[in-house]
Amino acid sequence: MSAVAAVRNHRQFLGRTSFIEMGARERARSILDEGSFRELLGPFDRLKSPWLPLQGIVAQADDGVVLARGTLDGKPALVAAIESIYQGGSMGEVSGAKIAGALELALRDCEQGKPVLPVLLLETGGVRLQEANLGLAVIAEIHAAIVALRRHVPVIGVISGMVGCFGGMSLAAALCSRLILTRQARLGMNGPEVIEQEAGIAELDASDRALVWSLIGGEQRHAVGLVDDLLEDDAVAIAASVRAAFAQGLPRQERSAQVELYLERLAAIDPQQPLDGPALRAIWHGAAQS
Amino acid sequence: MSTQTEVSARGITWLRALTAQDGVIQGAPATVRVAEAALGDEPASFIAVVPDPHNRFPRARNGEVGLEEGWTLARQVRKIIAAGKDGVRRPIIALVDVSSQAYGRREELLGVHLACAAAADAYASARLAGHPVIALLVGKAMSGAFLAHGYQANRLLALDSPEVMVHAMGKQAAARVTRRSVADLEKLGERIAPMAYDIRAYAKLGLLHQLIEGVDADAPGAADVQRVREALLAAIADTRAGPSDLSSRLSSPAAHATRAASIEVRRRLAEQWDVA
Repeated sequence: MSAVAAVRNHRQFLGRTSFIEMGARERARSILDEGSFRELLGPFDRLKSPWLPLQGIVAQADDGVVLARGTLDGKPALVAAIESIYQGGSMGEVSGAKIAGALELALRDCEQGKPVLPVLLLETGGVRLQEANLGLAVIAEIHAAIVALRRHVPVIGVISGMVGCFGGMSLAAALCSRLILTRQARLGMNGPEVIEQEAGIAELDASDRALVWSLIGGEQRHAVGLVDDLLEDDAVAIAASVRAAFAQGLPRQERSAQVELYLERLAAIDPQQPLDGPALRAIWHGAAQS
Repeated sequence: MSTQTEVSARGITWLRALTAQDGVIQGAPATVRVAEAALGDEPASFIAVVPDPHNRFPRARNGEVGLEEGWTLARQVRKIIAAGKDGVRRPIIALVDVSSQAYGRREELLGVHLACAAAADAYASARLAGHPVIALLVGKAMSGAFLAHGYQANRLLALDSPEVMVHAMGKQAAARVTRRSVADLEKLGERIAPMAYDIRAYAKLGLLHQLIEGVDADAPGAADVQRVREALLAAIADTRAGPSDLSSRLSSPAAHATRAASIEVRRRLAEQWDVA
């Protein structure tokens, strides 16, 4: 790299706006066209969890999900952003219903010939255990809405970190038409701590951060084709990537429908042999979809 | 480390009871079983995920939904959709007795989240294509495994039996994560319906189409099987008379009581969706 280029890169780095450091509301705002952000069911609507106060936990007025309508390159859009700081971004009855309900309305509009571009900012540990079965139920409703909506418009998911996307919501991410991750993001079904508890520390040492990221981090997920775009923590780059993802239109085949490809990929794996991130990259050669 | 190693035979028991077959699929893992059998006056497909102590992925030997289970469910359900494309949309009955998703390092690396999503996608796609999809809970319906196998159904039915349960996480693990004792967790479940594990508490949430009472879930006799068949047929008829989405889960009297917030969120959201 030339000295000039190095200086330019450094300036770019300094000029970068961190997406990860933003709250959910600012993230949603930064994705949408400037000045187009309009929040639905905001804090003043006071739709809170009815279940947390029964357990002595203070309920936040937006239940940790920010819904915003606005535009992307002038086209009607919807952003659902999960606030990872509140209850670990967990899905309770209200927060989940906000996402499911918004996707259902986007579907209704699409069916009426008025496309809405849906973006999900997924920072969540999955079900909120204090609302257990209602969290699980609403996650199934989110899955249902994504599958129905995806037939009309691509559904774009963004996982930026630092919480990552886990549990039932990792299935929601996997159902997205296209997924955008940063290097700080993680995407997995079972959190490392849960695997350590359920299967033992010999199976996975959850405190080994390098190991965890080598299995489920953004870079690894991108290298094996489980996500579509890998970015630095840069709000401008993320907003541009979301637009580019919509510009590509519907994928030829959704990743979660690539049944024969993945059954073939699994058939080539011998569970008796050790397998790590780099070894899987060599086998799956990052074959991305469409 | 998990102590829940008891293996349930409920899935295979009910597959045999309803189809008189074992449902083994040539060239697929023995953990996924599919059988076609008459239900009323039409053929239906019955699908179960069952334990297999010799499963080649060790973390999916006790009835868990793992990598090959998720993708195999997806393939089998998509086959049924393809077969029904130009004709009658055959009912699909998911017999649910799944202890959890497969927990493992290898599972995460190979994308068990996508495998489970693929199964959920296939069931949802079958529902949207007009297949009546009915989940019959005969044992555990746990967490991600239930999301993959059953939770996308048009209608949820359950046997009224103490071993039939729905939850987001096993009791021991949930107690650790929420820093409570198992006893405290059980006490909370008595007061707060969504925290409970048993199917009678779950029925109060309004998500179940029917709780089928008085059936021997472990050793069903002819009368038990007949009763379940009738419940399935009624659920299929109800499904065909309604929309292909999951809105019926919000319309029961129990849902109006317990899921009032879910309904209120949707009502207010619709008001605000378009600028006044």
